[in-house]
Amino acid sequence: MSVSAPVKLTIKDYKSELHNDWCPGCGDFGILTGIQMALAQLQLDPDKVAMFSGIGCSGKTPHYINAYGFHTLHGRVLPVATGGRLANTALTVIALGGDGDGYGIGAGYFVNTGRRNLDFTYLVHNNNVYGLTKGQASPTLSKGKRTKSMPEQAIQDGINPIAMAVAAGYTFIARAYALDPKHCAQIIARAIQHKGSALVDVLQTCPTYNDLYTKEWYEGADLPEKKSRLYKLEERGYDGKVQDPSDPEEIVAKKAAAVARSYEREPIPIGVYYEALLPTYEDEIYKRIPSLKDTPLVEMDTFHRDVTPLLEAMR
Amino acid sequence: MQKNQLTWMIGGPQGSGINASAEVFAKACSRAGLRVYANIEYHSNIMGKHSFYRVRVGDEDVRSYRDNTDILVALDHETLAGDGDHRRWATHFGHLHQLNEGGGVIYDSEIDFDPSQSGRPELRFYPVPFMEIIKKALEEVGKGEQARRYEVMKNTVGLGASLALCDYPFDLVGEVIRGQFKGKRSEVGELNVRAARLAFDHVRDNFDADGFPYTLKPGPEPKARILAKGYEIAAIAKLKAGCALQTYYPISPATDESVFLEKHQREYGLLVVQCEDEISSINMAVGASHMGVRASTATSGPGFALMVEGIGFASITEAPGPVLVLYQRGGPSTGLPTRQEQGDLLFALHPAQGDFPHIVTAPGDLRETYQDIFSAFNWAERYQLPVIVLSDKKLAAIYTTIDKLELKYDQIDRGALFTGSEWTSVDAKGPNDGHAANGNGHGNGELKEYLRYALTKDGISPRSRPGIQGGRFWSTTDEHDPDGHITEGVEMRVAMMRKRMGKLALVAKAIPQDQQFTLHGAADAELTIVAWGSTKGTVLDSIKVLEAEGKKINFLQCRLMRPFPAQAVGDILRNAKRVVCIEENYSGQLATHIAAETGFLIKDRINKFDGRPFSEDEMIAAIRGALAGKTEAVVTNVR
Ligand SMILES: Cc1ncc(C[n+]2csc(CCOP(=O)(O)OP(=O)(O)O)c2C)c(N)n1
Repeated sequence: MSVSAPVKLTIKDYKSELHNDWCPGCGDFGILTGIQMALAQLQLDPDKVAMFSGIGCSGKTPHYINAYGFHTLHGRVLPVATGGRLANTALTVIALGGDGDGYGIGAGYFVNTGRRNLDFTYLVHNNNVYGLTKGQASPTLSKGKRTKSMPEQAIQDGINPIAMAVAAGYTFIARAYALDPKHCAQIIARAIQHKGSALVDVLQTCPTYNDLYTKEWYEGADLPEKKSRLYKLEERGYDGKVQDPSDPEEIVAKKAAAVARSYEREPIPIGVYYEALLPTYEDEIYKRIPSLKDTPLVEMDTFHRDVTPLLEAMR
Repeated sequence: MQKNQLTWMIGGPQGSGINASAEVFAKACSRAGLRVYANIEYHSNIMGKHSFYRVRVGDEDVRSYRDNTDILVALDHETLAGDGDHRRWATHFGHLHQLNEGGGVIYDSEIDFDPSQSGRPELRFYPVPFMEIIKKALEEVGKGEQARRYEVMKNTVGLGASLALCDYPFDLVGEVIRGQFKGKRSEVGELNVRAARLAFDHVRDNFDADGFPYTLKPGPEPKARILAKGYEIAAIAKLKAGCALQTYYPISPATDESVFLEKHQREYGLLVVQCEDEISSINMAVGASHMGVRASTATSGPGFALMVEGIGFASITEAPGPVLVLYQRGGPSTGLPTRQEQGDLLFALHPAQGDFPHIVTAPGDLRETYQDIFSAFNWAERYQLPVIVLSDKKLAAIYTTIDKLELKYDQIDRGALFTGSEWTSVDAKGPNDGHAANGNGHGNGELKEYLRYALTKDGISPRSRPGIQGGRFWSTTDEHDPDGHITEGVEMRVAMMRKRMGKLALVAKAIPQDQQFTLHGAADAELTIVAWGSTKGTVLDSIKVLEAEGKKINFLQCRLMRPFPAQAVGDILRNAKRVVCIEENYSGQLATHIAAETGFLIKDRINKFDGRPFSEDEMIAAIRGALAGKTEAVVTNVR
């Protein structure tokens, strides 16, 4: 028998054949490409990848990816993905959804998922609007702003997802830009490789409803001297990585630095804000049920349990 | 011949350990071969509010509680006189009215109480110096000055004193107490035994206990029956069924099940996750179900109200689960958190938007709970839908003997699976068979493309799970094509609705009839009682009493609520002479359901919605009323 060299997977192998119904020029295309590039870069077996999404334009993403795909409920993608990850730790789990999905209706899960530090990746398509419901203000739109789809200015302020992620306990926190798929892919690949809960907030244009934060705006086309409104953290010597995770002072200092950067506007930093290798939820589970370390829950034989000792104890 | 039976009650503030002594007594009786039915009433409160525990024991099977008790142990004034002295609207007036004639009241002599003013001067009153006895027990081990720290032993003192009255062998109880304090705590165990013994002796020495009318003997022979609480049986059923993940958010009276499982998660490798809310609990369980593990959750009304979107999600995506145990409690809203009600039936039957299939079953006792929860996991995987098992506060908390706990239907059935190379156990010839769109290579021996939602003949598409080579699929809460991608097409919509809804007919056919309903008693009865869930035991105990008087009554116990055995139930009801539906809710939800399913309208409904389960006495009175054509709501008498 001849041994053939392993086939190298390319970005095409991660594309489904489904016709795409996003608006032309949607930032979601960039994120989709970023995900597919990251999967190819990591050579992940499509049968071992489970994508989970919320509801919204962004929620359709898994349908366009050749991997197991679960398009779930508005705001609940994180609990569903958590259940998926717990059931089968042999898989790569990626959750994603809109900023309305993750920071609005799903805010509680966003926070509590950070507390767990489960080993998976969460991508938020942050376009400042509720896309699929036709452009209402999302939780990241600042007070007083008004896109062309809004009848009135935003009456309440936007949240700072990076700072929120820091406070919640995500151990990999990054921001990417949808129209720079290559950089986006690098960040996503790092997020996938990170051991622990990784949040990537992807700044995304919505050409149909968001006329404030457009491609041109991000490019700074309106500035007296055209200059990008984004900069890459790593290019300015910023390193958010905690070198010694056993040192609480370093953790606090790095978190503070990340939060400080997250308030920078014009230019907005993209790249990795914070990264720390801390015990994951899985690690904690393995302490309690060591056999799960080698055998994911789904592979365990749960069907031959002897419950007689429990019943005997009741006599 | 007088029956060997006794009802014993202990009341006191929450936190005073009434559970401990009640459960010790229950166990001492169970081990001695008696049958036990014990139930607790308590407030949604941690410390201080009134609670009481009733233990009914006897040679004969007991499946309900009685209004009255033979012995009452009062740890505080409120147990004797109620809470009218510190509440604008009293919630109760003490338990003296619940004593059988000539019954005994053991109370702490430190309580400011005058029996002659009790309104029941004919009762026998036994003031016992609880703290003095505790002090004496401590003095024997040189800790006399620490008595206040051991105040919680009062409940044991009350139990010890009771044994002297009813003449039950002290050693049987002492042994159980010792068994509860093992290892390092054995010293405390000895202390408790000593205090109980001193109380026992105190009553023997200081009162004329002879001639106390209510005595109890051990059973004819010691029997090692199981003495269990409902939530324990539910948890064990989940373990037995191979459940791999249990999610929960704390809520009475559902929490105990999850905590029990968490206590045993290391031995059994069942993962228990405490979630941030019930929306998370259900969705985590749905996610895990899709991943191919058996997943479940447990909650009560307020939590279920949050979970409903997850039920629709599981159903439209044909998730093979989860199994959800819904422990009903008094509603609406926060309602009566720790009290009984069968008020969530209609809600469980239609919890979310649209028409979708799910299974709802309502076991009537612990054995049925064991069977139905076990079966629920099979049904969930076989038919790829969520299953709700309706329980309630009463079933969760009763502490009762079970003669035998076994599964009549004990096979694990994981349903039709796509295993990577072939499909198993399904005839995949669907309406679109042969169409490329159906991707259905099965039948001609060749697999072209796996389709998770293939339109098969019986509507069940073999399921894959992430990680299976070649079994890749998409799934969405939107309406979808066989490949799991979104569609809004007319034809596919109709096909998918029929595919999903059609599964209910398969379920109805497959679930054994005895898991669907039971007609207890003779076919030709003058009265047919219709009831469901945890009132089963009460109805059966009551009928037994009434039958001895020559009354002919039968009992239609409805168990499978969805799909509902409409034809069979309708036939029984149409042939019945007279029908009454008895439920622990305001409106008669089962009667409403039966009317919708069978067209048979039960007008005579007896309802109880005061947050307390029917006692046997209340049930008997209600049935007598029904026989006489009177159907009124039943309210527990608190005065
Ligand atoms: C419980 C619930 N409420 C509301 C909706 C309607 N809805 C669909 S998508 C959406 C918001 C989408 O915005 P976002 O999450 O930011 O995603 P985007 O479409 O911008 O990618 C809403 C409110 C829903 N599907 N479910």
